[in-house]
Amino acid sequence: MTAVQMGLTVAVCAAATMITRFLPFLIFSGKDRQPPEAVQYLGRVLPAAIFGMLVVYCLKNVTPFEGSRGIPEALALLATVALHKWKHQTLLSIAGGTLCYVLLVQLVF
Amino acid sequence: MEVRTERIPSRQRQGVCLSALGAAAPRTIPVLAGYFVLGLGYGIYVESLGLPVWLPMLMGTVVYGGSLEFVLASLLLGAFSPLSAFLMALMIQARHLFYGLAMLERYKGYGWRSAYMIFAMSDETFSITCSAQPPEGVDRGWFMFFITLLDQLYWVLSAGLGAVVGSVLPFSTEGVDFVMTAMFTVIFLNQWEKDPQHYSALIGVAAPLACLALFGPGSFLLPSMGCILVLLLVLRRPIEAAEAQNQPKKQEVDP
Repeated sequence: MTAVQMGLTVAVCAAATMITRFLPFLIFSGKDRQPPEAVQYLGRVLPAAIFGMLVVYCLKNVTPFEGSRGIPEALALLATVALHKWKHQTLLSIAGGTLCYVLLVQLVF
Repeated sequence: MEVRTERIPSRQRQGVCLSALGAAAPRTIPVLAGYFVLGLGYGIYVESLGLPVWLPMLMGTVVYGGSLEFVLASLLLGAFSPLSAFLMALMIQARHLFYGLAMLERYKGYGWRSAYMIFAMSDETFSITCSAQPPEGVDRGWFMFFITLLDQLYWVLSAGLGAVVGSVLPFSTEGVDFVMTAMFTVIFLNQWEKDPQHYSALIGVAAPLACLALFGPGSFLLPSMGCILVLLLVLRRPIEAAEAQNQPKKQEVDP
């Protein structure tokens, strides 16, 4: 990407974000305040699906049949989940999982 | 737009601001702790990708949405694809639509402060401003404004600090990029525990995996988002049935 393309990509993401933040105030301020049923439904079910997709997105470049075969990713992911199940401290789980991965790729693999 | 603060002498106005700032600051301490750690990690992460040091602060200012900023940084390394970036941003930030709906009344009527509070809405800011009551005698508009402003400052400054720290660290930051994976995994787990049904979470993992196998890592995002939306809408009936089935259980636990 050139610098201009990077700037455009950032701008496009900022614009999309502003749409989600300002839209409710533009369309629902005033009379009819309830959004359509289908929108409310998506509001309940979409977050889990999106964050699932983002986990897959993060691991998209893992090659199960070459290189380190995704073993450090799998182990660090396991560590993150285990730590979160155990302590249930969001920041601790993120830091612990990351540290685990850093150690694995720098010292082991 | 009608502005709720009356015209008052500037010294008195300064007092109103200061007392609101004083009341707002303590409420934001938990956010400071969280944003500091995550912002630092975010700054180090962006720097480790080889992107400019000032970029985290810029993205934190104009986009200001942790999840999207992480993804955006990684998108900047790939091929130029504004449509994909736009839709990705819409999907990730869609929850703000619902924050807005909840804040329609609260954020109305404070002029430019309203505009800023809507512009800089975040999960954490929303969680404070939607529940915290200003102490008596403290102006509500300025109170919510300062909560919003302080939170964003914490994020932008921590991200900037992280980028600088990352650029001078005496040891390798290889592998730090896993912070994004760990963060989304944890958010996913939290969401899983909150949801009365898990079909949507499973669709969110399975559909992108299938698209990844079919289209490859360079171009699986758009089809993934399409598949997720279609599946969620097609399966709306069974998913809502599962929601309804598991809802009463929750209420029994909650007294």
